[in-house]
Amino acid sequence: MLKVKPKTKKILVPIISILAGFIVGALIMLVWSYNPIEAYSSMFTSALGNMNGIGETIREATPLIFTAIGFAIASNAGFFNIGLPGQAQAGWLTSIWVVLANQNLPKIVLLPLAIIAGVIAGAFVAGIAGWLRAQFGTNEVITTIMLNYIVLYSCQYLMQQVMSQKLRIDTDTTKTIAPNGSLRIEWLSSMFGDSRINAGIFLALIGAFLYWYLMKKTTTGFEIRSVGANPYASRYAGMSTKKNILYSMILSGGFAGFGGVVQGLGTYQNYFTQTTSLDIGWDGLSVALLGGGTAIGILLAAFLFSILKIGGLGMQTIAGIPYEIVSIVIAAIIFFVAIQYVIGLLFKNNKEKVPNSEAETGPATVSKTTTSEGGQG
Amino acid sequence: MENTANVIEMRHIVKDFNGFKANDDINLTVKKGEILALLGENGAGKSTLMSILSGLLMPTSGDILVQGQKVAVKSPTVAKDLGIGMVHQHFMLMNSFTVLENIILGHETVKGPKIDFKKAQQQIEALSARYNLNVDPKKKVSEITVAQQQRVEILKILYRGADIMIFDEPTAVLTPQEITEFIQILKELAKEGKSIILITHKLEEIKRAADRVTVIRSGKSVGTFDVADVSNNRLAELMVGRHVDMKLDKPAAKVGKTMLQVSDLQVKNKQGVLALKGLSFNLRAGEILGVAGIDGNGQDELARALTGMQHINAGKVVIDGEDMTNQKVRKITEHGVSYIPSDRQKYGLILPFSISDNLALQNYYRPPFSSHHVMHYDAINEHAKQLIEQFDIRTTGSDLPVSDLSGGNQQKVIIARELNLDSKLIIAFQPTRGLDVGAIEYIHKQLLLERAKGKAILLISYELDEVMQLSDRIIVLHDGNISGEVKPEKTSDEELGLLMTGVKKEGSALA
Repeated sequence: MLKVKPKTKKILVPIISILAGFIVGALIMLVWSYNPIEAYSSMFTSALGNMNGIGETIREATPLIFTAIGFAIASNAGFFNIGLPGQAQAGWLTSIWVVLANQNLPKIVLLPLAIIAGVIAGAFVAGIAGWLRAQFGTNEVITTIMLNYIVLYSCQYLMQQVMSQKLRIDTDTTKTIAPNGSLRIEWLSSMFGDSRINAGIFLALIGAFLYWYLMKKTTTGFEIRSVGANPYASRYAGMSTKKNILYSMILSGGFAGFGGVVQGLGTYQNYFTQTTSLDIGWDGLSVALLGGGTAIGILLAAFLFSILKIGGLGMQTIAGIPYEIVSIVIAAIIFFVAIQYVIGLLFKNNKEKVPNSEAETGPATVSKTTTSEGGQG
Repeated sequence: MENTANVIEMRHIVKDFNGFKANDDINLTVKKGEILALLGENGAGKSTLMSILSGLLMPTSGDILVQGQKVAVKSPTVAKDLGIGMVHQHFMLMNSFTVLENIILGHETVKGPKIDFKKAQQQIEALSARYNLNVDPKKKVSEITVAQQQRVEILKILYRGADIMIFDEPTAVLTPQEITEFIQILKELAKEGKSIILITHKLEEIKRAADRVTVIRSGKSVGTFDVADVSNNRLAELMVGRHVDMKLDKPAAKVGKTMLQVSDLQVKNKQGVLALKGLSFNLRAGEILGVAGIDGNGQDELARALTGMQHINAGKVVIDGEDMTNQKVRKITEHGVSYIPSDRQKYGLILPFSISDNLALQNYYRPPFSSHHVMHYDAINEHAKQLIEQFDIRTTGSDLPVSDLSGGNQQKVIIARELNLDSKLIIAFQPTRGLDVGAIEYIHKQLLLERAKGKAILLISYELDEVMQLSDRIIVLHDGNISGEVKPEKTSDEELGLLMTGVKKEGSALA
């Protein structure tokens, strides 16, 4: 057992988790007779070895920062928002649509307009789940996951049936947006070897700062955290749980929508039919969990994820490892990151709490009732 | 040295939690057929010691002997096989299951793949008759009284063959009459040869029930005494380690104008059933009105309705001349109501938050703690430091999570926050629940100080002693009605006990 301060533990646990993931990934590659050293070095060289790689890695991280913050805000309020993919998708389509429909507006008007529209779209989708929860106590896990499907197919319908044909190339792809609606900055892209890096990263950094400020410095953040930590005591302290659930969900969806906006106006410059819920939504969830919900943690975790993703492509092309194995290795790393709790058990808590009678008797009874329930069933 | 009369012998038990010794060389012996009381403040190590005995914790060092044999109680299962059973303070029963099902749960007698309910029922009825427990095994737990639920817990451990029975604060939820019956059951069990360990902080009960008492303080054994040879005052001193004022200094009440006027209050509970059926009472400035009664007779709804946490279906609540019926929680607080909730961890505190944040929970949204939605943590921390000193909250820093504090200090955080609001009306619901003598004494003194300052105090409590000691008047709640109003100096535990069970008082002052 390692004995460390709680703060040190908070940093060590994710690092050990990541290392363990890499080791297991290496073992998997050895089993299939691939050279893990070659694989990992190709992973890092392609993700970080040249300016283009770095640019792409940053570009990949940008939407993840937004969706992760989205997840973290809701999670602070005790809300499990797994509707991030749908909220991001709504933001993506909306922002592209706004730009395509108003190409002649000056950039200074068009870009903010498109961003705001996309953010509102994401906030609206999440707000539905928040409102249902606040008003009727509906389980948000079910509503947000179902909203993912509603958004997925609504977007397809809207693009194929409602969007003017003038804005599309074919039924599945929109036209590319004009530069005055784009987040790309020419000098930035050329600095990073013509990669798709865009102004979204600056907005993401501002977003991370705002997230930190909102949660730690404002009364709104205080209320959201209170309601998440103990809705009963918060209610007695005069806070409105309904209002805070709705607020946090709208904010959460707004950030997720922003993630979709940077994906659209930054990465792809268009919208094309999606057949499954957006990856940036699901990955945002993992990033938020890995980052421990803190602004700094989310930034670091988002970069780790994008290194894995971008580097994974390099493993495939440079080291010749099949994409499936690359996916397994990435999954193994994420898996270890996700089971951080188990890694945490390696550490002896510096301060083992002195149990009181309730705390002591709790676990024993739980295990007792569960086993006996099993016996009954 | 092996004394076979000692059913349990715990020798030199040490339990070290990373440098903190929760138990430090504790010795305890229980003889066959005796009732041993285990007395100590919260955090003295009673629960740790009993957890060691019942297999939930392993001691760092020391020996446990059961029937003279050295044993290692590695798990609750081992404890059960050794005949050790525990009745917890919070019952571990499933409400939707019958008494029978609850008792056999995890210990089913089977006939092939089927549970042999018939055989189990016969066994339980036999046990019930033998120890005079009188519980109907076919009733659902939700249909029986709290006292009967406790008997189900007793049957549960008897059914599992316990010879050594540990009771953790068993009388907390009982009326005086039920306590008498309960003590009778304990004596019955002891006579049948069961050995009983009674964890309690009520000195009176030790006197009535126990043969011997072991006192522990700060993890160390203070000593074991024959109950007959030691006075209550002496026991209190041994437990706390200093002289304790058993009598509170309570000057005559100087009552002022009416602060709280409740008329025909009707409140439905979560199931939509009327839990308060038209309550009316008044409370004036400078007095303490005690609300006695058994848990579940409308106390929860009363506290929640007065603080704005629960919808009032009919009737009126007037606070200091203003109608506060169905007002928002914050409006009521700002109008001058402080509330000390019964469940401090659920309603009073946000456990992962710091002590300072918790102390600012009622006014974080106002200057100087915030302005234009921006929190001013300097002011919050400064405010916390002041209150920590003023209310003697024992902690190493105001930035620690409040969950790190002991129960007594957690309660002090709530008391500090609520009393600092300088409200006209203080609603204290079970303000000393689960606290030790020192903390209880402190909180009682604070309430009396507020009374002297002219505050109106509504004290809702299940602890009769507390209500009797502090109140100027007492109303008794039964089944959502007031079954009587009495003066503490002119009533007795017996009369209150009767009122608590709904026997109306003749010529009651209340209409």
